[in-house]
Amino acid sequence: MELLAEVVAWFDDPATWAGPNGIPTRMLEHILLSGACVVAAIAVAVPVGLVIGHTGRGALIAVSIANVGRGLPSYALLLMLFPFFGIGFPTAFAALLLLTIPPVLTNTYVGVRDVDRDVVEAGRGMGMSERGLLRGVEMPLAMPVIVAGIRIAAVQVVATATLAALVGGGGLGRYIVDGFALRDDGQIVGGAILVAGLAILTEWVLGLVERRVVPPGVGSGASAGPPAFQYTAEPRPAGTT
Amino acid sequence: MNWGWIPANLPALIEATIDHIVLTAIAVGVGFAISLALAILIHRDRRAFGPVSAFTGLLYTIPSLALFAFLVPITGLSLLTAEIGLISYTLLILVRNIVAGFDSVPAEVSETAAGMGYTWAERLWRVELPIAMPLIVAGLRIATITTIGLVMVTALIGEGGLGQVMLRGFNFRNWVAVYTGAALTLALAIAADVALVAIGRLATPWATRRAS
Repeated sequence: MELLAEVVAWFDDPATWAGPNGIPTRMLEHILLSGACVVAAIAVAVPVGLVIGHTGRGALIAVSIANVGRGLPSYALLLMLFPFFGIGFPTAFAALLLLTIPPVLTNTYVGVRDVDRDVVEAGRGMGMSERGLLRGVEMPLAMPVIVAGIRIAAVQVVATATLAALVGGGGLGRYIVDGFALRDDGQIVGGAILVAGLAILTEWVLGLVERRVVPPGVGSGASAGPPAFQYTAEPRPAGTT
Repeated sequence: MNWGWIPANLPALIEATIDHIVLTAIAVGVGFAISLALAILIHRDRRAFGPVSAFTGLLYTIPSLALFAFLVPITGLSLLTAEIGLISYTLLILVRNIVAGFDSVPAEVSETAAGMGYTWAERLWRVELPIAMPLIVAGLRIATITTIGLVMVTALIGEGGLGQVMLRGFNFRNWVAVYTGAALTLALAIAADVALVAIGRLATPWATRRAS
């Protein structure tokens, strides 16, 4: 219970909440870094994924990128990119972006690819243009899967942005890394609580969004509940295992 | 770039690689044993799925560094701390895939086995488990690759295998060490994946399709 007291004392200390190392500042840094990565990843990966899913061209490249992304851990990426991008935000942003793109890309591609081909053909038969098909038929139907990819990516980024502290970046990871250095258990666990809370909150909020974007007329099976028991052989959309 | 660092530190690199393999093997091995037990429980009683899924999902959502940070004040900077974290992350992947494997067994097959007088345990061991094997191996592949990456993070709590090589290299701005550590980790991940695919084929000699 000594530990609990230390954690409470850390949260209770006014110094914990003030200045450039205060919780509000660190929390904002964490959210801005994560948000910037997710927005950039969506801007890059969603259009590419849509085109690959629609045309079927470049699928192999998409799968390869996703697999390499899985094999290279973010921790390794951060340390490797440091010589090129330097201290703090630039390195963290570059490493996290590389981590964020694969799940969004894979899910967008798989989501569009797995849209019922009969529905697409029906649209084509009604005279819809290819662009119109993509925008009016495939994208809405794939939306739950795309948002699931964004959710996975966002939770991963929030979790991994913690490691940005290793390369001199800000964010909530500072408390854990500094706490280890100072052997300050209250600060370590306090930081861990904040990071875990933020990750769980992100998961929960985007889970709600995911349920909202199921287009009308599509069965609730598309995204209701955890995607358990779904296993798609390669390429595996993120969040299905 | 001082490439001479690599031959000069070959024994240390080999030791770190072995550490990395051991840390991964313990995590995946223990994680698999726990997951198999949980999956069999779910297989027997579906109601267990909700709680098990929620719990393993929560563990999976907690960032690795935060999880280690929670544990260090309790279990110290130790192998135990590292393994508790690493094992936690394998559970969600393995439980889901083993359960999905059991679900892939056609009901007729299970019922036929029951009709032939197989007991519940015999049916599980000799009929359902073999049929579930491709999905179980697929889960093991994902869990193993994920764990190999997560082992690196445990460098921060004094373990880490090749992560330790990278972290020490980083602190001394020795980029050869950083890149060597990363390259060896990637090679390890690829080798483990290839090995598991081979094991999967050996375990399902009847499979006509690729067990991936």
